[in-house]
Amino acid sequence: MPSKPAGTLYRGREGMWSWVAHRITGVGIFFFLLVHVLDTALVRVSPHAYNEVIGTYKNPVVGLLEVGLVAAILFHAFNGIRLILIDFWAKGPRYQRQLMIGVGVIWVVLFVPFVIRHLTHVFGG
Amino acid sequence: MSEIAAPRSSSRARSLKGGGRNRSGQTNFELYSWLFMRLSGLALVILVLGHLFVNLMLGGGITALDFGFVAGKWANPLWQVWDLLMLWLAMLHGSNGLRTIINDYAEKDQTRFWLKALLITAALVIVVLGTLVIFTFDPCLDPNSTLSVCK
Repeated sequence: MPSKPAGTLYRGREGMWSWVAHRITGVGIFFFLLVHVLDTALVRVSPHAYNEVIGTYKNPVVGLLEVGLVAAILFHAFNGIRLILIDFWAKGPRYQRQLMIGVGVIWVVLFVPFVIRHLTHVFGG
Repeated sequence: MSEIAAPRSSSRARSLKGGGRNRSGQTNFELYSWLFMRLSGLALVILVLGHLFVNLMLGGGITALDFGFVAGKWANPLWQVWDLLMLWLAMLHGSNGLRTIINDYAEKDQTRFWLKALLITAALVIVVLGTLVIFTFDPCLDPNSTLSVCK
């Protein structure tokens, strides 16, 4: 039976998965950005056209998608700061585990209040 | 099996014409691109989270968003500059990220070429359109507007 390759500090560990997640969230945010510039451009067409399309953002299903978008943005933002600290801060690589936990903590602290407030707006009538 | 030049990044860098070259005959493009991702990323954390906070958390949040809300924001030059910076940095940051992903996963030269051509075209259209919208915005576009600035 072939033996598994020896574990590394990277492969299959948090470092690899945060890299995968950074890519996926980045691509998702990019495509939202394309759509968002196009819908905002409707302010040059007519107030009515803009209000009509921005109205779809207030729909409960789209409201839930926005929660996903903000979850992705918050992860991408603070994981990006973690990458900067690993690259530029001499002690970054030594504290990589703590930095990873820090990303998770900041994510929860910002995401939870957002979800409560946003869903109140979306479903609160 | 097709042969892949290793490391791939050097063949990419070699094909870039002009610009300053280091001793190995390659440009520093990838270095500047790497640095740009970090600097623009830092600025975008502030710009995007500020944008989300003001538009989704303050006041009525998403329910308050309409033409009048945009008109109110862009009456202030601060928000015009904010949105312009955010548009340019986010599009450059995002396009550069997608360029990296295309280079990583599209193995055929032709596929890479067309994906990048599509990417550059889309990015240009969006940046030019967004910039024009911010600079040519007219709150009184509708002659019957009830916004206070139009009376």
